[in-house]
Amino acid sequence: MTALLIAETSVDVDAEGFLTNPDQWNEQIAEEIARESGVPALTDRHWLVIRYMRDRYLATGTAPSIRSLGKESGVPIKELYALFPKGPAKLAAKIGGIPKPRGCI
Amino acid sequence: MKKQIVILGGGTGGTMTANRLRRHFDADEAEIHVVDRDDRHVYQPGLLFVPFGLAQVDEIVRPRHRQLRSGIDFHESEVESVWIERDEVLLEDGTVLPYDLLVIATGARLQPEETEGLTGPGWNERAFTFYTPDGADLLQRALESFDGGRVVVNLIDMPIKCPVAPLEFAFLADAYFHERKIRNRVELIFATSLDGAFTKPVASKHLAGLLTEKDIELVTEFNAGEVDGVGGKLSSYDGRDLDFDLLVTVPLHGGAAYVERSPGLGDALGFVPTDKSTLQTLAQPNVFALGDATDLPTSKAGSVTHFEGDVLTENIVRFLEGRELDSSYDGHANCFIETGFHKALLIDFNYETEPLPGRFPSAVGPLPLLRESRLNHLGKLMFQWVYWHMLLPGREIPGIGPAMPQAGKKHLTTTTT
Repeated sequence: MTALLIAETSVDVDAEGFLTNPDQWNEQIAEEIARESGVPALTDRHWLVIRYMRDRYLATGTAPSIRSLGKESGVPIKELYALFPKGPAKLAAKIGGIPKPRGCI
Repeated sequence: MKKQIVILGGGTGGTMTANRLRRHFDADEAEIHVVDRDDRHVYQPGLLFVPFGLAQVDEIVRPRHRQLRSGIDFHESEVESVWIERDEVLLEDGTVLPYDLLVIATGARLQPEETEGLTGPGWNERAFTFYTPDGADLLQRALESFDGGRVVVNLIDMPIKCPVAPLEFAFLADAYFHERKIRNRVELIFATSLDGAFTKPVASKHLAGLLTEKDIELVTEFNAGEVDGVGGKLSSYDGRDLDFDLLVTVPLHGGAAYVERSPGLGDALGFVPTDKSTLQTLAQPNVFALGDATDLPTSKAGSVTHFEGDVLTENIVRFLEGRELDSSYDGHANCFIETGFHKALLIDFNYETEPLPGRFPSAVGPLPLLRESRLNHLGKLMFQWVYWHMLLPGREIPGIGPAMPQAGKKHLTTTTT
């Protein structure tokens, strides 16, 4: 775990840049991580997904998988991929300041 | 007063639990009901061998009711819904079963229709799954007449039953084509939604090495969203395409359909949120669950169900007697992984400890962990006998307890490699 300065705030991140302490997160941090990850601007649809991921993580201790995300957030999987290219669950977790979703088994 | 125990599902978990409870409670202490929609109990690990002609479907299927001890009532009907507020189960045939204690053991359901195009034209002609007896049978015929081309083995997304099975299929396919002397005409691709060959780091690295050794291409983070079964194309949500002559996929899984029809019972995928150490559901204190039907963060596998069974039976007894629950289930899972050419690997792990090299069940073995051996392959074959004759009747299997053994495991922090 290392400390990193994002949007003028010092945050703890893992080797892949996921925040390890969700309390250190704020919206400016989200926007900066998004830009660095190839999402230039966060729209309302992005925020809906990000907030859903965060709420679920803070309430249950685990972030939803892409399938549950598609079923529960109301944003279809195809759109999730358009919003968060490559891996929506991972990228939304990273931008949302929660730990990397564990590949459940 | 006589307790009413209703068990939904007559598979591994339901059958084993019913038999154990029937032995524990006298006939005047409890009535035990088992419900299943059919009377075909499939030894699911056997399905892997059917496509290669190494097992026949009729060898791995037995009547469900015959696996139950006398004094257990078997109902052959689909479940319509569970009313957890009223402690009642409604069956599709109209029967209402009131319960003091309910066990959800209805496993996972395949949902091929959730993937666009998968069950359309080409399904069971060019695109197959071996996760059902019929599918495995049809795939066997297709493989028999296959004489070369691109074979894509695919895992659409977790969770699935027996997460190692798609890898085993790829390994066995390699051996099968070698034996038929056409391996040089077959391109084998393993496409998975995971970011590696498997979910846990040490085993994932080891298994990726085996794929390379066997010349099987590994494609990771491939979230399949669409199948063209006529044109032979598997497409991922992020815009990648894989062409195939033959697709062997593992469809998406969800819980049993009635879970979705029962308010307050399941999650978005139809799995039942369950306490990971006591197996009591979060829905109601008098509803317990085990096996593939739960949302627990461990493998959906028969070994898991078996290990859970010990804690579950104990807790059902404690609950009915008004005592505090035992919270000792540790997520223990144990899987043989067939690697072809009469060899297999063995992995053993739990919630906290990932699969590691070493020996099982103790430091002197006899079975090597995370390493190919003939003994592991024999273990896998022998297990079918153990399953019907010891596991389902609910007898102890000597030397194999529910808690994961630590002795024999080589933790990486203490080994120099």
